[in-house]
Amino acid sequence: MELLYAMTTGVLTASGLYLTLRGRTFPVVVGLTLLSYAVNLFLFSMGGLTTDGAAIVSEGAGFADPLPQALVLTAIVIGFAMTAFVVILAMRARSEVGNDHVDGKKEDRE
Amino acid sequence: MMQHLIVFPVVLPLVAGILLLYQRQGLVRYKRTVSVAATVLLLLVAIGLLRQAASGEITYYALGDWQAPFGIVLVLDRLSALMLLLTAVLAVGAVVFACAGDDEKGSNFHGLFQWQLLGINGAFLTGDLFNLFVFFEVLLLASYALLLHGGGKARIQASVHYVVLNLAGSSLFLIAVGILYGATGTLNMADMAIRVAELSAERDGLVSAGALMLLVVFGLKAAILPLYFWLPKAYASAPAPVAALFAIMTKVGIYAILRVYSLIFGDSAGDLEALEQPWVWWLSLATLAAAGVGVLAARDLRLLVAYLVLVSVGTLLAGIGMRSPQAVSALIYYLIHTTLITGGLFLLAEMIGLQRGKAGTRIVKGRPMVQGAALAMLFFVGAIAVAGIPPFSGAFGKALMLNAAEGTQRLWLWPLLLLTSLASLIALSRAGSTLFWRSHRGTISGTPLSRCQWFGVIWLLSAAPLLVAMAGPVSSYTQATAEQLANPQVLIRTLLPDAGDAQ
Repeated sequence: MELLYAMTTGVLTASGLYLTLRGRTFPVVVGLTLLSYAVNLFLFSMGGLTTDGAAIVSEGAGFADPLPQALVLTAIVIGFAMTAFVVILAMRARSEVGNDHVDGKKEDRE
Repeated sequence: MMQHLIVFPVVLPLVAGILLLYQRQGLVRYKRTVSVAATVLLLLVAIGLLRQAASGEITYYALGDWQAPFGIVLVLDRLSALMLLLTAVLAVGAVVFACAGDDEKGSNFHGLFQWQLLGINGAFLTGDLFNLFVFFEVLLLASYALLLHGGGKARIQASVHYVVLNLAGSSLFLIAVGILYGATGTLNMADMAIRVAELSAERDGLVSAGALMLLVVFGLKAAILPLYFWLPKAYASAPAPVAALFAIMTKVGIYAILRVYSLIFGDSAGDLEALEQPWVWWLSLATLAAAGVGVLAARDLRLLVAYLVLVSVGTLLAGIGMRSPQAVSALIYYLIHTTLITGGLFLLAEMIGLQRGKAGTRIVKGRPMVQGAALAMLFFVGAIAVAGIPPFSGAFGKALMLNAAEGTQRLWLWPLLLLTSLASLIALSRAGSTLFWRSHRGTISGTPLSRCQWFGVIWLLSAAPLLVAMAGPVSSYTQATAEQLANPQVLIRTLLPDAGDAQ
């Protein structure tokens, strides 16, 4: 499971990073979203991955670390707000500048 | 009441911001009164907290009475009290300046302004790494909206870069916090300092990766060399009162570097001690050099001031890079000076631009100004202070920095710092003589500036003579602050009284 989890996080991060470095605002927004998904998964795994653990404290063995869950929840909320803001900003930039390039350039540099 | 004073710098702007959101348009007088009153009250609270912290005692406020390391704590020591006071002083100048009319160019200026203060104050007070992230996000969200205040093509362009970069930075911050939590099992900074000291050698690599990623994030906020390219454009296009308040934003990054690396990676951290030091030192020197070139190349007064902010960032980081109590003391003195003076210069640039009409703040010949003489006097004071020439505060700050360098550090710092001072001096005198002396002939037209604007600028620029007049008490306070930072054990013992038994 660890291997699959690590690969998922890694692929998400790589795709997010690649898209963030693109020249148009739409791929950048999608890239930032993927990056925040990857970060959420990463944070979640930081408490250690366990299967069949109790959700809350149980008698005896194995229960899930609650702190990463709280962190992920906070990160998701903030990530949503930020994504909404950046979408609106990208739309305003598109309408004010007249094209969707992050530098506001006329010519297509893709 | 007194023990609750620590939480006021966070609660007060929050409540004021909610009151100000009551109506988007209209109620101008009401909004201005609430906003100015809240900011002045914040100043009084900050003075009270500074007096409390000046005794050297570290006090903390456990939210919901959950004790550290389980709950979130707000920690007040000499450094955070000083930063709070500095923010409040800067905010009073900026908010009064905005009341001249900048606040009505868009909606919700005052509410966002208060929330920006909430984020900044929270970042200075918190003793918890994840909470620091949350307050960073609060201040960033407010700053995104404030940067866009008033709209316009240049602002939106600058905002796109600023927002995207900072969102990527936030992701990096979370990864770094995640790594540090995974390796040490705590998020409280004092507790983390203890855990790092006891860390097994195999986790050293993980923790140093996390710590250096944090440095990237803080470096992005503070605008160190490879990460500063967003700053000049964003600061130059922001509305003047916002740009003035942003003068403290780079200092939030510097504060975070100072706090995290002196507390968590201090003397007791073993192999990980001072792991940021070589990075910060060399990058600060490179930042100084790049900023010096930028200052000379700037063709717009606002851009020039933005590059002067970068010069100050380079100087301050060099102080962190030297990592001696003497250097830290010098850098805190310089930090007070540079925040207030660059904030004042941003406001002054706006006033000059308003009086020059079409020429604006571009450094070209323009029409003569109605109140040119008074503006020129203020510009003269600000320029001398920021370039670091006696008799004003910049000279003291720079002399303290130069004096703190030891051995081979002098070889690098002295020429670089003095050359950038020279570059600032040349650029500022060129700008000043073009703006004030080389104007078109013709009748003087234009309207006089409002009293609020004069108050804002004079309030901030008066720091230049005042910091010199009170150099004695201020520098003894900064020395005590540096000593307190060099001994993080006191803070750790205050927050975690049981920690000594466990070791």
